[in-house]
Amino acid sequence: MITAGIDMGSKTVKVVIVKDGEIVGKHMLLAGFEAQEAAETAFAASLEAAGLTADDIEAIVATGAGRKNAPHTDRDITEVGSGAKGAHHLYPAVRTVIDVGAEEGRAIRCTEDGKVLDFALNEKCAAGAGAFTEAMSRALEVPIEELGPMSLQSQNPTPMNAQCAVFAESEVVSLLHARTPKQDIARSVHDAIASRIVSLAKKVGFEPEVVFIGGVAHNPGFVDSLERALECKVIIPEDPEFIGAYGAALAAAES
Amino acid sequence: MTTGALYETKPLNCWAKAKEIREEYYRDYANAHENGGIRWAGGAWTFGAIPCGLGDDVWSLTSEPYGASIAANKLFSLRCLEATEKAGYARDLCSYMRNYWGSILLNEYAFGGPFPKPDFIWQDHICCSHAKWYQVVSDLEGGIPQFCIDVSVGPYHEINELKLDYVVGQMHDGIEWLQKTTGRTYDDAKLIEAVYQECRSTALWAEISCLNKAKPAPLDEKTMYSLYVLGTLMKHSKVVADFYEELRDEVRWRVDNQIAAIANERCRLMSDTQPPWGFLSVFRYLEQFGAISVGSLYTFGLIGMFEVKPDGTWGPRTTPQEQGIEITDREQALRILADWNLSKPEWQHFYSPHLKTEMMVRIAREWSLDGVILHYNRGCEGLSIGIAENRLGLIEAGYPVMTFEGNMGDEREFDLPKTTARIDAFMETLGIKEI
Repeated sequence: MITAGIDMGSKTVKVVIVKDGEIVGKHMLLAGFEAQEAAETAFAASLEAAGLTADDIEAIVATGAGRKNAPHTDRDITEVGSGAKGAHHLYPAVRTVIDVGAEEGRAIRCTEDGKVLDFALNEKCAAGAGAFTEAMSRALEVPIEELGPMSLQSQNPTPMNAQCAVFAESEVVSLLHARTPKQDIARSVHDAIASRIVSLAKKVGFEPEVVFIGGVAHNPGFVDSLERALECKVIIPEDPEFIGAYGAALAAAES
Repeated sequence: MTTGALYETKPLNCWAKAKEIREEYYRDYANAHENGGIRWAGGAWTFGAIPCGLGDDVWSLTSEPYGASIAANKLFSLRCLEATEKAGYARDLCSYMRNYWGSILLNEYAFGGPFPKPDFIWQDHICCSHAKWYQVVSDLEGGIPQFCIDVSVGPYHEINELKLDYVVGQMHDGIEWLQKTTGRTYDDAKLIEAVYQECRSTALWAEISCLNKAKPAPLDEKTMYSLYVLGTLMKHSKVVADFYEELRDEVRWRVDNQIAAIANERCRLMSDTQPPWGFLSVFRYLEQFGAISVGSLYTFGLIGMFEVKPDGTWGPRTTPQEQGIEITDREQALRILADWNLSKPEWQHFYSPHLKTEMMVRIAREWSLDGVILHYNRGCEGLSIGIAENRLGLIEAGYPVMTFEGNMGDEREFDLPKTTARIDAFMETLGIKEI
């Protein structure tokens, strides 16, 4: 069966084409102001990557914050459901899924058969989300791609007290004025976000194995902070930002 | 019945009457002076039956429902909150209190006209905010005589005669103070009547809450908010007790005839603490899933008085009149009033979150719930204290729990799209799809 999953995230749109459980095409674009248009383009690009046409797709399920506006869909599921489904399909032993995207961080606890037992999301605050790292990289005047590797070079991490992206930014500026090395500040930023995410994971009663999905899983500095805070290793899929879309495509195969 | 609906549903016949009673209450308070009467202000938890001994022309403005009424009017609430902040009060204080103070600072009554200044304040100290609330009101209004009763005597299962003496002693002092402050002679017969009516109205609300154990539930919590509020305004009033009797009869009829609050009930939930009053639409959002909030410890137990019945389940507390007790003097009336109020379910968890968890788990079982939605209410320290502990207790008892952060009286701390997104995910985890 060939299905598609469309993840209408708050910053990017991800589309995955799945044939018999395997990803055969995928594409990601910035959602921008015209998210539907971006989804159409990403859908077409992923079909092309798979060597298929729209007529080959038997079912489409959307997920993500903007899922109600996704084109072509038969139905939609939440980010919690799609993240858990995608992660569990790849790693059946998973019991906790941590998903950190642009605007939201979440922890999901699953049963052996992948059913969601409990979930926790960051509240009205960006402190547990990718947007936080982006704001801090701007404050440090460091490209976002370099923030992670830079924090791994930290020699003398400095605790960060602020729990809010706005206050954290001013704290970063103060640290810069105090001539704190950027590597140490980057590490502090990641430790601060990891601390928020771990509190979500503990709220749902996390237990290994832990799969980490979402775009922030590409950040090795944050992964390091997360593993230290969790006191366990996390599994990162090959394309962590596509797991929500993948889960949606798997759900489409069930419908 | 609507095509495709599981149950027949219809509006309450007595709905308009409930609205009238509430409107009249706020009007009577505002017009009290014009009609030669007295105004007093105090919390919904205060011993409101006691000022009744001053006469039939004594009208009250209870603070929390007034703060909630302001909250439901988002634009006015924002102006009130900003006025309070501009006056230098912190944004993390009780949001009912901040709305109330803002109404005084703006000199605007939520129901029209200038803010009607009370003649005296009759309060009890149930939480740290209640202890200070009217000190500020008095300061803002240029000094209003105030009497407060300390009720910090512990949970009801630990109440003994000495503890009752402590509260009743203050009530006696309070009556002397009321006479001195108002220059009126106190009428014990009116006190006794008010105590009877308070026991009657609060037991009736418990009975109405218990009728919601039925499947389908005859009432949804959003509707109950508009009904229980009458008890928070004047639980000692015959008007409210009579209304609750009429309501009880109508709700019983709905149960007997399977008249549901929502047409497609298939998932029963409860909430907790005051809701974000400006966003009661979240309860209607649940209906898309056939989900209904059938109540909460807050909605049932702020006004309803319960007791454990012989079969082990919660039912309405037996009133003194049902027990054949004839109240003959002031001491007896005050003692019954103190004992009755100290058994209030919502009062117990000020002393331990475990007491609250026990009551919540009881509700979850007896009202046959499928899940719980907890409001982490930043606007009320008193009722949200220990709520994370309650969450753990409910999960341990086997009930799925969703939480959301918000504020009962300050919409700036509530995020509607995020909350509905959580509800979507929670429904999905419960296996409930949109209808």
